[in-house]
Formats: sequence, C-alpha cells, structure tokens
Amino acid sequence: MASATDTHDHSHAPAGGGNSVAQVLTREPLVLNNRSMHWITEKVSGIVEKPQPKLWWYLIVPCFLLTIVLVSCFTYLIATGIGVWGTNHPVAWCWDITNFVFWIGIGHAGTLISAILFLTRQKWRTGVNRAAEAMTLFAVVCAGIFPALHVGRVWMVYFLAPIPNSNAIWQNFKSPLLWDVFAVSTYFTVSVIFWYLGLVPDLATMRDRAKSSIKKLAYGIFALGWRGGNRQWRHYEMAYLLLAALSTPLVLSVHTVVSFDFATSVVPGWHTTIFPPYFVAGAIFGGFAMVLTLMIPCRSIYGLHDLLTAKHIDNMTKIIALTGSIVGFAYLMELFVAWYSGSNYEFDAFKIRIMYGPYTWTYYAMFFCNVIAPQAFWFKYCREKLWIVMTVCMFVNAGMWYERFVIIVTTLARDFLPGQWDDYHPTWVEIWSFIGTIGLFTMLFLLFLRFLPVIAMSEVKGVLPEADPHYDPTRSKRKTVVRPYLKEVDNPSSDTQPTLAPDGIPGGA
Amino acid sequence: MAQSTPLKRVHGALAEFSNVQDLYRAAEKVRDAGFKHWDVHSPFPIHGMDDAMGLPKSILSLFVLIGGATGTTTAFLLQYITQVVIYPTVVQSKPANIFTIPAFFPVMFELTILFSAFTCLFGGLALMKLPRLNHPLFNSQNFLKFSDDGFFLCIEARDPSFSIEKTQAFLKELGGKNLEIVEDEI
Repeated sequence: MASATDTHDHSHAPAGGGNSVAQVLTREPLVLNNRSMHWITEKVSGIVEKPQPKLWWYLIVPCFLLTIVLVSCFTYLIATGIGVWGTNHPVAWCWDITNFVFWIGIGHAGTLISAILFLTRQKWRTGVNRAAEAMTLFAVVCAGIFPALHVGRVWMVYFLAPIPNSNAIWQNFKSPLLWDVFAVSTYFTVSVIFWYLGLVPDLATMRDRAKSSIKKLAYGIFALGWRGGNRQWRHYEMAYLLLAALSTPLVLSVHTVVSFDFATSVVPGWHTTIFPPYFVAGAIFGGFAMVLTLMIPCRSIYGLHDLLTAKHIDNMTKIIALTGSIVGFAYLMELFVAWYSGSNYEFDAFKIRIMYGPYTWTYYAMFFCNVIAPQAFWFKYCREKLWIVMTVCMFVNAGMWYERFVIIVTTLARDFLPGQWDDYHPTWVEIWSFIGTIGLFTMLFLLFLRFLPVIAMSEVKGVLPEADPHYDPTRSKRKTVVRPYLKEVDNPSSDTQPTLAPDGIPGGA
Repeated sequence: MAQSTPLKRVHGALAEFSNVQDLYRAAEKVRDAGFKHWDVHSPFPIHGMDDAMGLPKSILSLFVLIGGATGTTTAFLLQYITQVVIYPTVVQSKPANIFTIPAFFPVMFELTILFSAFTCLFGGLALMKLPRLNHPLFNSQNFLKFSDDGFFLCIEARDPSFSIEKTQAFLKELGGKNLEIVEDEI
C-alpha cells in the first residue's frame, strides 16, 4: 500500500493540493471513536488505578495456589531425586523439555510483535506490544525452570556457566545445550531491557497521576525521572530502534538454537535441517495464539475495544493462519524427507510416529490442532467471531504442546535397538508441575495487569492522526470505518459516543 | 522554629502549546532564533522534531557498534581460551584448534546481542542524562501534564540569549499558553 497513507487518513496531503489528492484506500483507524490522548491515558491508567474487577480475584487466587503446587512439586523433586518423574531410559527428555520448548516458543510472539513489526513499521503493534512483551518474559520464566531442574542436581546448575571451578574443567562450547544456555539467558535479558525501556514513558505517566506518595515513589524510581524532552526522545527512539534490530535476529536465533538441541543429534526423527525454520514458525504461531488467548478476555473485561480493535485481532489471526500453514508444510515435508532420504531408521521413526507407535494419537491431535484448526482463519467470518478465534487459539495452544511432545517422546521411546524400547508415562509430579507453570504464568500476567499499564500509552498516542506535526484538522476527513459487526458484538456503547469523546470519560466497561 | 529561606534561581521559561502542530512550528522558530539550551516535552516522540530543533542524529548507534564488537570478541576469547588453550577436548570429532570456530558462532552471536543490548540501555540512559529523579521542571504542577496530553517548550536560563521578559514575550508570540518561570531550589 502506498507509503504516503501509512499514517492515518489524508494528513500527508500537500498544502493547497485541493481535491487532487487521490483517495487510495481508507485505512482503518488504529484507535476507534476518535479518542483523545487524555482518554487513552485515563482508560489505560484507570485499569491500574481503579479496583480490579471481581473476576481478577477469582483468577488470581487459584493461580496463586497452583504456583504453590508448582513450588511444592519442585521441592519434592529436589528433596527426593529426579526419579519422581516418569523419565527412564531411553526417554530421558520428556515433559520437562516439552514444557521448556513450549513456553520458550510462546515467548517468541512477544518479541516478534515488539521487534519485527516495529522494524516493518506495522503501527497496529502499538495496541498489543506491551502485553505481548510481558507475556514473553513470563513465558521465559516458566521455561527456564524446567531445564534447571532437568539437570537433576539443581544445586550444581552453576556448572552451566563458564566460571572457573575447582575441578578445572570447562564447559563444552561445541554443544548446542551450552549454546542454549547462552541463547535463552540472552533472550530473557534482552526481553527485559526492551520491555523496560518501552515502559519508562508510561511509568512517568503513572508517576504523574499517582495520588499516594508510595505509588509516586515506586513509579517514580522506575520512571527514572523521565521528562519527555525531545533531547531524550531522540536517544530513546534510537535505543528502541536498535533494540528492535537486535531482538529480531535474536528471536530467530533462540528457537534455532533450541532446535539445534535436537537437529545436531543423530537420533532419527530429530536429525533434520528443516528444524530451525520449522521451530521458529511454530514458535511465532503458538505465541500469537497465546497473545490472543490473553488479550481477547482483557479487552472485554477492561473495555479496551477502542484500543484493541477488530483490526488487531484480524491481523493476528491472519498471522496464525500463515504460520500454521508453514508448520503444516513442515510436518508434511518431514514425512516426505523421511521417505525420500532412503534412510530406514528415519522412515521407521516416522512410521512409528504416525502409524503404529504407542503415541500415534498425539501426532493426530497435534496435526488437527496446528494444521487443520487454524485453516478456519482463511474465512472472514471466523476471524470476526471472537468465540471461534478463542476456540482456535485454544487448539493451537494445546497443539503446540503436543508438537513438542511428539518430537521428543515418540522419537526417544523407539530408538535404534528394540531391546531398549520403553514407554513413557508422566507421573503426578510432572503433570502438576506443568499445570503449576500455567498458574505461575497467569498469576504473573494478572499482577502485570494490576500494576503496570497494559497498553503502551505513549506509543498509541504517537500513532494517532493528530500526533503528526503536519496534521491539519480542517482538511482531515477522519472517516471512522467501523466494521459493522463491531457495533453489535464488541462495543455496544459506540453508537452513543459523540464524534469527539469528551475528555475524562472512560467508555466501555 | 527558624525556617530557612530556600535560595532559588531561575531554571527557565516554560510555555504550553495546545497541540503537536503548534509545538512543531514554535520549535522551528526557537531554533531559528538561535537558542541553544532548550527542549520540547511531549507525551510521545514527535516525528521530525529533531529537524525542527536542529538536532543531529543520536550517537548511540556508534556506542552500540562498539559494545557489540566487544561482545563478539569476549565470546571468541572465552571459547578459544577455554576450548583450545586451557582445556582442549576432542568431542563430536571437532578439532581443538582454531578450525573449530564454526561451533563458536552461536555463542559469539548471542554475546554480541547481549553486550549490544546492555550498551543500548546504559548508553541510552547516559545520553538521556537519566536517571535523574529530581528536576526543576517537576516544580511546575502544570508540567506534569506532559505525560498525558500536554506539549511544552522550555528555554533554559543558562542559554546566553535568555532574558526573563524577552524570552517570555517570545514564547507568547509563538502561541505559548500558561507561561511560567520555573525555579530551581539551590
């Protein structure tokens, strides 16, 4: 689309151009109902400042209990030994690594939204990037727990770090497992930096609005004394751009390195060059599903319909359809290559996976959830009906977990020597550890909603039409293209809203 | 109890503008008037404001390049010294000499990114002169709107062309509202 229309509407029209401006395509506004900047501040800060809805409490209490379950499971594991898990020989990697890859993959959509969409100037990212980045951090926290405990003696986990020790041995830097340590820890650190840098202007907003001195102090310290001066913004924007440019290859590298854990081994079913792109596409796919899973309820509960519009959901569902198809292609290509390679072991590994192994049902569950279900998003109807979007996203969330299970467990359970074959069944400790991380993840996200602005206010204000220094209100025709269904389904109040909302009246719920 | 009278000095002249467009035009005029120590404050970065203020490109990218190169070197040395010099082991049939360098690339890449990101954060903060929790501008109640929907222009008293009356008149002429002289306690 013409770059001249990249900002909203016709604000870039040359002065005195008269009617000669070609109407290319009217872009849907990123903020509906002509909301003012003050309205955005009130709405987003209001989520933090006002008491949380009852539902918040109904959710955080069970999530907190599940976190306690998680801690208890790990305490039991550490006190007793790794035998409380169902790991055996040959299935030495099981739910722990499945969960690790699952959670780290979920994180990737956050970085994708914040970094890649920033570099490609996709302005719609401003509505979702903050929550997606927070989700990234919390997912990486959940992911990091598993490999740390998987090492067995967690108190020796510092052996992963290249620090001199009394045995005078050094890590094997030729091992993908060590690359993984560096990749994941770098990813977490850079994600924290990126997220925090994005938060600084909004923390300043919270600081300037805070009534109590404790809040003022807490937000004030983290806002670092931000004054929004252009002499700060110019460095800030450069820092943000550079971090986006650094995070983009980083996010691709992290899941590539995770896939190296498998691909550089000689295990049939793992030893394939397709793994890096296939893992990255799968990670983005699963991550976007999780963003939607979190943001669609948030949008309804907190009434963020004007900031997280149908356009945002539509864009994300399209990305899910695309990446889901890439993942489907990778699944089929894996099968094709297994046959075409002429390697009996490779082909057998896949026959066991899809035809007569002990876990064939997980393969079909994965295939249905990840490949068939997202095809619904080719149809506009399905992208617009939120319950369908939520259902498909739930399928994708489950499907991505199954994918990792299929890759890890079905492969290990049947290796070269039939005498070594063994089945694997999770124990209650593993099951509750996984459920516990879901609780931890949700709890962290709920706390994020409670204490930090869920939408990047400064960024959303920056993409409003009036944020353009050459915007001319008299020339602008600011047509609000609201999707017809939006009025009925999402935003019953939009009919009654005046063209320019009076400041300070938060609409919605 | 004896109260001490705080000593105050003028920090600068602050003016509010009603929208981005007015602020942008005012900034161009302040730039052309030859002021050196001044700034505009807005809730979001304004596209093109660097030109309107006559500011050059941020130097941060150079810092980050140096930071990134340090990361690459650190990772290479860390791996080369431990794998080749101190503790050579032949695993995965990879040699224990310089030719094993392809296996070092992932960690070199990750540390490049890590060092660059740290340089980005700390270099950026240093250039922005943050953290600085107190600032004379925070003495103005009106200024706190900058993080909501207020647009401000402040010409500092340390600028050689600054004079309280003339600068305020200038800001008024540019369309500034709620003119204020911001004071700093010393």
